[in-house]
Amino acid sequence: MTKDKAHISVQDLNVHIGGNHILKDLNIDIPNKSVTSIIGPSGCGKTTLLKTFNRLHDTAADVKVTGKVLVDGEDIYDPNTEITHIRKKMGLLSQRPYPLPMSIYDNVAYGPRIHGTRKRQDLDIIVEKQLKATALWNEVKDRLHSSATRLSIGQQQRLCLARGLAVGPEIILGDESTSALDPVSTSIIEDLFVKLKQDYSIVLVTHILRQAARVSDYIIFVYEGRIVEYGKTEQVLRDPREELTKEYVKGYIV
Amino acid sequence: MQTIRLLKDKIISKLMLLFTILSVSLVFIIGIGLYYKSIPVLQNSTWGHLLTSSVWKPLKGLFGFYPYIMGTLWVTGIAIIIALPLCVLTSLYIVEYAHPRVRRILMPFVNLLSGIPPVIFGVWGVLFIIPLIQDHIAPHFVEFSTGYSVLAGGIVLAVMIFPLIVSILNEVLRTMPQELKDASLALGATKWETIKKVILRKALPGIIAATVLAISRAFGETIAVLMVCGNNAVVPHSVFDAGYPLPALIANNYGDMMSIPLYDSALMFAALLLFIIILLFNIISRIILSRLERKMAA
Repeated sequence: MTKDKAHISVQDLNVHIGGNHILKDLNIDIPNKSVTSIIGPSGCGKTTLLKTFNRLHDTAADVKVTGKVLVDGEDIYDPNTEITHIRKKMGLLSQRPYPLPMSIYDNVAYGPRIHGTRKRQDLDIIVEKQLKATALWNEVKDRLHSSATRLSIGQQQRLCLARGLAVGPEIILGDESTSALDPVSTSIIEDLFVKLKQDYSIVLVTHILRQAARVSDYIIFVYEGRIVEYGKTEQVLRDPREELTKEYVKGYIV
Repeated sequence: MQTIRLLKDKIISKLMLLFTILSVSLVFIIGIGLYYKSIPVLQNSTWGHLLTSSVWKPLKGLFGFYPYIMGTLWVTGIAIIIALPLCVLTSLYIVEYAHPRVRRILMPFVNLLSGIPPVIFGVWGVLFIIPLIQDHIAPHFVEFSTGYSVLAGGIVLAVMIFPLIVSILNEVLRTMPQELKDASLALGATKWETIKKVILRKALPGIIAATVLAISRAFGETIAVLMVCGNNAVVPHSVFDAGYPLPALIANNYGDMMSIPLYDSALMFAALLLFIIILLFNIISRIILSRLERKMAA
């Protein structure tokens, strides 16, 4: 796949939750091997948009999704599409870290085990590789088999990232992934995103404009369930085309 | 004015403390009272003999509680073995799978079950469970069974503790964070894999706590069990044998045979035994639970 080719393609997407029209007629192509940030005020639907990418809405009873979301050209809302296969392609990093109730090692090995990797040596390799990729290895290598809940919040979040990377995804979805973290942990995670975009397509939801400016190549501005503006980071933040974007950006960037 | 308000505040808090102490001390008062009443039979025999002997001849002053203790353990054990898997699966269905509308319809039924008086469960056991065991289950395993057995007691008891366990488990499962489930699902796990490997593991302390409560309740359940378990003072060797749990012994005989010397004291000793079993069981499970919680945090 070449750079800038669409990795996720959203076509005429509408999402209703409990009778409320949350996302309205979205059309968007999210490029491959770049960081794309979704920004917008609280309640504008940015997290909902992110969750439609790996169909996490399926767990809620009153959500209705129409339209198409193509990942690598495959419609993930097609009834014939296997949902576990779609989700395996995407690592999710949620707002707060939720380590699984098991050891550090087992957290990272959880995904690979589910998808059929059983051999101890193979798992050892995966665990070490992903913990190194998330700059956690040196901090935890002596206590791999102690409970993951003992780690600091920042470490837990990196562990969750390692856990997501361990299943070999192509896309990383971040849902305000640094909002619970201290500044040091935040900058570690941000640096990781920048580094990881060589191998992954990254979509972030963030309400911190400075973060969007620091890490992303593209910005999608969502307002009241519609995409107002979509473009290169520089252009959206410095020279927005739309009046709404201008107002939103002005409110945060001095 | 101010002082009166403050005084009121103080009096109320002291009053609450008083009532709390009163209700907590009831445990000790009951324990001591039972022990005091058991002294005559204990003087006539020893703890070891009373607990291990199977000879029950009140007229000769011989009281062996071993069959009753075993009867209690058998019935309770069977009940929990039957009830626990059913309860876990039911709760998982209600919380994780059922449509909210279905859940709203199902829960009142489960709660209603806990409101049915024990004697009705007893009658139900006699009318349905006993014939079922006698005619359809027992013939596959043993030559003859009247149906009145520890199995019947266990089944009736299982149905009775079912709503208790289910309602506690529902609370436990409902407090599982959605994000934790999402974390597992987002890795490509199926719902069942998520339940098996993440939710049940996280819920284990809650499941144990629910089980402990149910067992404590089951130990003491009297009337429904008494009606179906045969009340034969022998040690059961299979689930189709009759048993005679401690509560049934007390309920059947108290007030009836008081002319026999020491009988009154022996029944008090039975009550003391039940009390100790439940106390010990609760202490042990508390220790297991705190160990487990520490282990999960470690």
